[in-house]
Amino acid sequence: MAEPAIDRSKMQISDEVAIQITGMNKWYGTFHVLRDINMTVNKGERIVICGPSGSGKSTLIRCINRLEEHQQGQIIVDGTELTSDLKNIDKVRSEVGMVFQHFNLFPHLTILENLTLAPIWVRKVPKKEAEEVAMHYLGKVKIPEQAHKYPGQLSGGQQQRVAIARSLCMKPRIMLFDEPTSALDPEMIKEVLDTMISLAEEGMTMLCVTHEMGFAQAVANRVIFMDQGQIVEQNEPREFFNNPQSERTKLFLSQILGH
Amino acid sequence: MSLLYIRKDMLGPSAPPASQTGAIRWLRENLFSGPVNSILTLLAIYVLYALISLSWPWLANGVWTASSLQECRSIVAASAGPDAGGACWAMIHERWHQFIFGFYPPDLWWRPILAFGLLFVALAPVLYADNKSAMSKLCGLIGVLAVLCLIGADGFSFHTVLAIALFAGLTAFAATKPRALLTVTILFPFIALWLLWGGSIWGPITALLGFMVMAMIYSLIAPKLGPVMGASLGFIAACLWWLFLQSYVSEAWQALLPLELTYVTSDKFGGFLLAFVIGVASISISLPLGILLALGRRSDMMLIKTLSVGFIEFVRGVPLITMLFTASLLLQYFLPPQTKFDLILRVVILVTIFSAAYNAEVVRGGLAALPRGQYEAADALGLDYWQAQRLIIMPQALKISIPGIVSTFIGLFKDTTLVSFVGLADPLRGITTIVRADINWKGIYWEPYIFVGGIFFIVCFGMSRYSMYLENKLKTDHR
Repeated sequence: MAEPAIDRSKMQISDEVAIQITGMNKWYGTFHVLRDINMTVNKGERIVICGPSGSGKSTLIRCINRLEEHQQGQIIVDGTELTSDLKNIDKVRSEVGMVFQHFNLFPHLTILENLTLAPIWVRKVPKKEAEEVAMHYLGKVKIPEQAHKYPGQLSGGQQQRVAIARSLCMKPRIMLFDEPTSALDPEMIKEVLDTMISLAEEGMTMLCVTHEMGFAQAVANRVIFMDQGQIVEQNEPREFFNNPQSERTKLFLSQILGH
Repeated sequence: MSLLYIRKDMLGPSAPPASQTGAIRWLRENLFSGPVNSILTLLAIYVLYALISLSWPWLANGVWTASSLQECRSIVAASAGPDAGGACWAMIHERWHQFIFGFYPPDLWWRPILAFGLLFVALAPVLYADNKSAMSKLCGLIGVLAVLCLIGADGFSFHTVLAIALFAGLTAFAATKPRALLTVTILFPFIALWLLWGGSIWGPITALLGFMVMAMIYSLIAPKLGPVMGASLGFIAACLWWLFLQSYVSEAWQALLPLELTYVTSDKFGGFLLAFVIGVASISISLPLGILLALGRRSDMMLIKTLSVGFIEFVRGVPLITMLFTASLLLQYFLPPQTKFDLILRVVILVTIFSAAYNAEVVRGGLAALPRGQYEAADALGLDYWQAQRLIIMPQALKISIPGIVSTFIGLFKDTTLVSFVGLADPLRGITTIVRADINWKGIYWEPYIFVGGIFFIVCFGMSRYSMYLENKLKTDHR
């Protein structure tokens, strides 16, 4: 795969910790989905998480904004610990953007209303200002002309770019991507990946669950491989792909890169 | 042999073949597509012919002016022969007011007419949201109808002038500031209460003050202790106001500034007036109540969930008539001895509870149909529970539930006729029985039922058409 030209001037990783996860465990009923997860994410890091289906990678990033509840251990996001305290949860959620596999746009609202909803109601931004910010981000994802349409009228790739813009309108410090391109036609994957790359170029802290290995090689500074609810291997991308250490990783890579 | 194929030029769209359109084609496809369908079509035409030829003479021979059933029959016999049947609409002509107003004093008919007109003004902003032209058209139309009814009821009087001014003003309001019309919506229950029952104006005003007490307590407490705490404390404060303070304040004002309409007791209510009072009150309260119950049933909080499930299952499991008997008989035993608890109010409360339980299940169906992703997206953006419900979940869930909710409403409106079992004069059985008790109209059977059924049909069909309009308007998914 040809590597896109990437401007790395602003991609700097600071020493400041953005996310700190220590000794985290999670169960669904009696099923142990996440086992002893320890990880630290610094500000400006771009992490790709991969692994076979059912390995817990989606569950892991959904724990970071508490769409899923963990039962043991500690998750600290941007200095706020996630407990059952609703105030903390809402605070973390307004600082962490999330992009879903199935976009999850609000079908009863126009694109513009989708983008301005959270800034107006959560951040209490005046409507006019929120709309300006929304138009700015729609321009960034290259679909400002769709502002007054409904999500159902857009293609999958456009919807996913709107979803990214919707998260950005909250000016998040961290972005989580949960398989953002898995539900898209091949022709549309590129436009979404381009958007994600330009986001990375601006120095956003990103955690992506994805199988786009080209994206991982080009953008990520770290790749984490998960299997059976645990982190099996992590490395910088070139080493990870060219010189995998664990047998499980080798098998996984041979399967997804085999064609 | 080579597999290579290259299209040189792309094809543009072309018109469909002629056989795809036309009336003959429609007939062949829909009515005569095969031997079985052809026979069925002919059979249906024959049945229609038989029905119409049987009922048409009866309708055509109808008599509009007569003073008794005997007179009707002799007129029909004279004009169409001794064996011919004929409808006796003269009964409707003479007794229509009982079907509409029950025993409401004729010189006060302007009050229910005005209330009925204002009902549609109050509904306009709810039915048509931001559609200025539809709102002002509705207000204008209902204004004209109300004024015509007023002139019909008691000539050109002070009330007519008042109504003309009122509806003209409200229509102008609807055309310029549609949002401000919501004030009428909020005040309407109190205005209608006063217009229909009469009495001192300070009664409804002090009742309204109870809601203001609730709002005040809520705005004081909610920021500190959360919305649930604020709402419940506000509710308790308002109840205390209504139970202990309201009557004193209202009496004091009445002594200071007496303003009152002639009091009309509940037993004077009947016919469609009664059906509309019960129907409108129950419909407008049962929807919000149903939404809360549906949310309660899906709540994570054990206590709220159990209470909601228990309430819904109990109410749905009991026939409405049982509940109406409870309203008329049993409720008296549970209340303090001296409480005068109006029968209509009791019936409204129980009919509301009944339809709230049904609405709760319909709304729950709508909630269940929403993909999980909608909840997750709302959560991930940092919206709190009530914001997510109000902005994301409910607009979509209610849209899905429109057909079910409207079915419940139509059912409720028709069920208002069941109040005849507790001695209220509903239009279908109550008034009809009373009319037939008159020696002049003894033995009249079809005409009152056709008349009442016709009005019920118009109202219910109207609701159904409105729901289809709303569904179309809210359709945003695949345009």
